[in-house]
Amino acid sequence: MAHDARDHDDSHPGEEHPKPSLAERTFFLPVAKGLGNTLRHLLKREPNTIHYPEERRAPYPGYRGEHRLKRDELGREKCVACFLCSTACPAHCIEIVAEEAPWSDREKRPRIFNIDMLRCIYCGMCEEACPCDAIELTPVFNIPSRTREEKIYDKERLLSN
Amino acid sequence: MMEFFQNAYFIAAIKAILIFAAVLQIVPALVYFERRIAAWIQDRIGPNRVGPVGVLQPLADVIKLAFKEDITPHGADRWIYTLAPMLVYAPAILAFTVIPVGMGLEVARFDVGIIFLLTISGFGVYGLAFGGWASNNKYSLIGGLRASAQMISYEVALGLAVVAVLMRAESVDLQRIIVGQWGAGTEGILQWNLFQQPLAAMIFLVASFAETNRLPFDLPECEAELVGGYHTEYSSLKFATFFLGEYVAMLTMSALMVTLFLGGWHLPWIEFNTTDPSTWGVMLSVLIFSGKLSLLLFFFIWVRWTLPRFRYDQLMHLGWKVLIPLSLANLGLTALAGVLEWSWLIPLPW
Repeated sequence: MAHDARDHDDSHPGEEHPKPSLAERTFFLPVAKGLGNTLRHLLKREPNTIHYPEERRAPYPGYRGEHRLKRDELGREKCVACFLCSTACPAHCIEIVAEEAPWSDREKRPRIFNIDMLRCIYCGMCEEACPCDAIELTPVFNIPSRTREEKIYDKERLLSN
Repeated sequence: MMEFFQNAYFIAAIKAILIFAAVLQIVPALVYFERRIAAWIQDRIGPNRVGPVGVLQPLADVIKLAFKEDITPHGADRWIYTLAPMLVYAPAILAFTVIPVGMGLEVARFDVGIIFLLTISGFGVYGLAFGGWASNNKYSLIGGLRASAQMISYEVALGLAVVAVLMRAESVDLQRIIVGQWGAGTEGILQWNLFQQPLAAMIFLVASFAETNRLPFDLPECEAELVGGYHTEYSSLKFATFFLGEYVAMLTMSALMVTLFLGGWHLPWIEFNTTDPSTWGVMLSVLIFSGKLSLLLFFFIWVRWTLPRFRYDQLMHLGWKVLIPLSLANLGLTALAGVLEWSWLIPLPW
């Protein structure tokens, strides 16, 4: 028989839907249970939310917020302008212009290092790609500004983060 | 001068102003409590910034609404579009005129009080249907259609439940219905129609949720599928009027429920001198009425944040196949008990 028995046989053991009992169908008991549940929450009053600007929750470890460019122990930026971060960036928000480094231990350093924070998707790929551990994401998340121009962070801004 | 103050028209005007003003003042308080209770039930904090513990939040909301742009959509039927919010608000507040808020205290006492109330509050459906129709928006139209179908369906069950109560009271005068529920002492509470007519009380409660478009029956405004239902296109004070009308309707329905089923303005432990009422007696009766009303309003809010919305076919099924047969059966039983004097089933007033 090519016909699937389940199409017609309501009593197939795998397909059974338990018929709701009379108490369930009249709604009164389930509704009373639900009302009891909400009343418990109403009287308990333990909010899961906080008074935001006054109280702040600490970000979890590994939170990806604003970027920061790191300095080495001599106070120079660690970045060697290798372009790996801007290559890895899926949002194409990192703009680097390199110049010759005045120091003997590296060839290049960034003259311009701009991140467009409005394009950035805070994925952390730049941090992953960086061979010198020069860029990282900080847990800073409340970053409002009044103009779009302010949201393009230059090298100084990123170093000061 | 004294004659002027004792003029019946003057007294009626004072009563009307006081009671209507009180009703309008309850609405913002109700909105505030609704938001706070909703927040507590959902383990949130709720509005607490404007004024002490946020009590001025409704005021801020009203100011915000008043300064919003008043939009009339393209292709809207401007005349009906403007009329609709008023048609929701006016019947709701008019219906409140006959509600006895205290011993011998109402805006207007008609012999046919309850019939007037049901007739007038039934007009509210025109506002919703007109609002949906005039907005030139398919969601509004569906919302308006749902509102009219729902309100007409549940009005039948509501009316039939009320008739059973009227049979017991042998009157359509709301004050007489209240006095008929009087009983002295703790066992006097059993004289309330809630215990005399429990089935009618249940049906009335469920139907009044549907009549006032409150959850779990708020299908006319069903935001998940209809954006906002009949008031999708409304903004500014027109929206505020819809909102106000809805809350006043809820208030009127709760007040009617207190009157019909919860003994109105009296409690069985307090004796009232109805033939020669003192000022304190009337004040006490208003206080008792307000207390009962607040409990019922809390129940409305509580249910709203507990139950999910019904599906439309479930709503119609409940209305036509469950509530109307049940209320008819209850009506028949009450009539039979009255005729055969089955006082063991329903204690009769005579």
